[in-house]
Amino acid sequence: MKLRLTLNGTARQLDVHPMRRLLDVLRADLALTGSKEGCGEGECGACTVLIDGEPVNSCLVPVAQAADHEVVTVEHLADEALMSDVQAALVEFGGTQCGICTPGIAVCATVALEREPDASRERLRELLAGNLCRCTGYQLIIDALADAQAARAAAARGHGAERGTGHPGATAS
Amino acid sequence: MTESNGSQRSVGDSPPRVDGTGKVTGAALYVDDLPVPGAWHGRTVRSTVPHGILRAIRLDADFDWSQVVVVTAEDIPGRNLITLIVDDQPALVPLGGTIRHVEEAVAVVVAPTRAAALEASRHVTLEVDALPSIHDLDAALAAAVRLHGDDNVQKRLEIHRDDADIDAVLAACDHVVEGVYTTGAQEQMYIETQGMVARWEDGRCHVVGSLQCPYYVHTALKPLLALGDDEVIVGQAVTGGGFGGKEEYPSMLAAHAALASLKTGRPVKLIYDRGEDIAVTTKRHPARVRHRLGLRADGTLVAADVDVLIDGGAYVTLSPVVLSRAILHATGPYRIPHVRVVGRSMATNTPPHGAFRGFGAPQTTFAYERQMAKAAVRVGMDPIAFRRHNLLRDGDTTATGQVLSGSVGSDAVVDALEQALEAEPPTPATRFGTLSAPVRRGRGLAVCFHGAGFTGSGEARLMGRATVAALPTGGFEVRSSSTDIGQGALTIFTQIAAQALGVDPVHVHIAQASTDRVPDSGPTVASRTCMVVGRVVEQAATALRERLETWGRSASSAAPAASTASTASAPPTAPTPAPGTAAGAGAHDVLALARRHLDQVGEVAETRTYEPPAGVAWDDDTYTGSAYPVFGWAACLVDLAVDEDSLEVTVERCLHAIDVGRAIHPRIVKGQIEGGTLQALGWALWESVPYADGRVANPSMTDCIIPTSSDAPELETILVEVPYAYGPHGAKGVGEIPMDGPAAAVASALEQALGVACDELPLLPEVLQRLVAQGGAASIGASS
Ligand code: FES
Ligand code: FES
Repeated sequence: MKLRLTLNGTARQLDVHPMRRLLDVLRADLALTGSKEGCGEGECGACTVLIDGEPVNSCLVPVAQAADHEVVTVEHLADEALMSDVQAALVEFGGTQCGICTPGIAVCATVALEREPDASRERLRELLAGNLCRCTGYQLIIDALADAQAARAAAARGHGAERGTGHPGATAS
Repeated sequence: MTESNGSQRSVGDSPPRVDGTGKVTGAALYVDDLPVPGAWHGRTVRSTVPHGILRAIRLDADFDWSQVVVVTAEDIPGRNLITLIVDDQPALVPLGGTIRHVEEAVAVVVAPTRAAALEASRHVTLEVDALPSIHDLDAALAAAVRLHGDDNVQKRLEIHRDDADIDAVLAACDHVVEGVYTTGAQEQMYIETQGMVARWEDGRCHVVGSLQCPYYVHTALKPLLALGDDEVIVGQAVTGGGFGGKEEYPSMLAAHAALASLKTGRPVKLIYDRGEDIAVTTKRHPARVRHRLGLRADGTLVAADVDVLIDGGAYVTLSPVVLSRAILHATGPYRIPHVRVVGRSMATNTPPHGAFRGFGAPQTTFAYERQMAKAAVRVGMDPIAFRRHNLLRDGDTTATGQVLSGSVGSDAVVDALEQALEAEPPTPATRFGTLSAPVRRGRGLAVCFHGAGFTGSGEARLMGRATVAALPTGGFEVRSSSTDIGQGALTIFTQIAAQALGVDPVHVHIAQASTDRVPDSGPTVASRTCMVVGRVVEQAATALRERLETWGRSASSAAPAASTASTASAPPTAPTPAPGTAAGAGAHDVLALARRHLDQVGEVAETRTYEPPAGVAWDDDTYTGSAYPVFGWAACLVDLAVDEDSLEVTVERCLHAIDVGRAIHPRIVKGQIEGGTLQALGWALWESVPYADGRVANPSMTDCIIPTSSDAPELETILVEVPYAYGPHGAKGVGEIPMDGPAAAVASALEQALGVACDELPLLPEVLQRLVAQGGAASIGASS
């Protein structure tokens, strides 16, 4: 079946079986291997992508459901830049270790911080509860997101991006 | 970048991980991400009974097999064994051979797609003459079914501190505290399942996979494939977590993938799905520890008598060394003059249990710290004061006769914990206002130690090697087989090498861990990567710098033109040496010297081999001597609340003070501790792997749960640094120790909250329900 979708900002036409998992189409057909499979059953969130801005587990979505919608994967979180502020904070604060959960967490956290810019740490933990990480104990992930939040708030107040250590890795370049 | 001169900054800083950008952008290539043109896909066909004789493998006559290759034991060119400690485990059970557990591999079907391979695997049936089977420690001890020798004991190990009759000593004590502590299997649940890719080229077998120890796989594949050292090449892809689960099991995947590739003549990808991974791969050993502790009325420990049983499963695999670490930690960081420890690893018809962070120590730590909690109550002492009264300190002697000397952080971690308790908690536990029912609260403590590096004479036997080389492209390369499995080896080696070379870390590159490119540094296990291999990296880098400097001095006195070449060939990014830097010692000079050396003389590299510190002697026969080169020390405190109705537990506070020697990269160290701490809390409270007739009963992430970010408390981590003279910059192992203590702290806190003994793990609500009912505390948990 032929279907159209917008993938990472580009209109695409795909010829695929409609019931194939979006995750498989992204990884196998389109070589977008940033989205990972940790469970294949909607538990781990490693496969999280955005459909019309909404985080979904792409292992549970038949590709037909993405037809005529806008799909964004981890590869496109920073638009043209190397890393978004959220991604840079995850690196800087040690929010990634083995990294297999990280794409899903980066996607989910991007939405969380946009929708709830004032979320408490506790609320951040709830918003990320669908993304399992076995390495970090989550502490440094939450630290990273709290810092990205604070930097955005400071920028909004006109203070510029006041990142903790001012390391060049902290800003997209 | 703030560093103007790499030699000034690096160790002790927390720069961004060198592999961080690739991981956070999705660019990093894990094994299933590797493009492998023309690859077929494998699926393993497994037994359906836990014990039996394999009579036939039947292919469904109605199925189209034209696009499927079936690999069996007959396709093995060499020995049908997975080489490890005892060579008892076949790669594929042969016809007429014995099936010893329900997930035993019998065949591999290979097809052009993963779905086709899975479908084909469903059309293979086995004929098996079933035998009676045993699935737990009691059945193994009863030995009505014999799987290993006459008594099912895979390994027995003993520690005797002295010749005293331990029963008589205990009988003479003022108090004897006695308990039996059972702990369940635990799944590593790395988020990346196991996977391997194999291909053959020019008669050589190349495998790349998700793995911790390339040379373990190399050792296993050579006899299986009847190939020589250079004919098997094993490399690591970016690996999505291991925690021990990718220590020995990847040899099995590699064997299957290599055989499948050999028979099909194509590259083969073998990627486990989650259900298969949970069902078949190794887990933490279930254990039962019986512990008797004798003490004087004043709280002084006198004697310990410990019996340790672990369920090794169907094959010996790593169980003897897990057992070794279990018994060597069985009496904890305490002065106890009379000790007897007996450990046995038992054979059962369950998939083999294996390496998981802590490697036997968490099971015995749970037992001894529960004992200490009870003993403190018995003698009426504050739990911290009781531990202080008995703690091992510098100059004290352990149960194996090891005299501790240097880097003994026992008091330091307890001090740090007490200071943190005196300060205000960082954030009040607002989240717990939402608990609906009345709660009971409790506080628990654990103090423990963990031997860093291989046990006994292990490091001396391993002789781990590492190389540092100057690259033709500029800069330096570190070559070791220590893998980064998320713990930060790439970053830490970069820091250590940069500092030793005196260059900015951007000039240091870490080679991919592939057996054709790196020497054998020993496995990536046992909290040894930074402490042992990091030390060797430091020595190799230092030797290389000194060699270049020596050459530079003689070359420049001999050939004046060389200094011109030096300036001309200096890379534009080379940092400027600090003013006043002595000639030949600055960062600029080492980089430039390496470039000049390449131009004028050729490549230059230095390799070093680990040498254990003098005085580390161990006797395997008597189990006496220096069990470990050094110990890490930890103190953990847990505050929790239990819902009186549902018996759901919320961890309100978790403080963990750990002596790491020296934190090369404090943020990475903190991340290691926090990840390990949450795994330990998970083991204590939420993570359960039930078996039914030798088969994992919950093989999915939905049912085999691990903690989420909402389950996890805010983790308060305190790094304590009591430097170790033989570690790089004073560092010692940290990977495993956070796994040891928290479970006992949780159990002791629950005991305080509920008034019933909590001596088993995991303490799921239904377990607490049973304990409360047995303990007669009827008002608790009544409505659930
Ligand atoms: S792979 Fe989709 S949620 Fe785990
Ligand atoms: S960093 Fe390894 S699972 Fe999250």
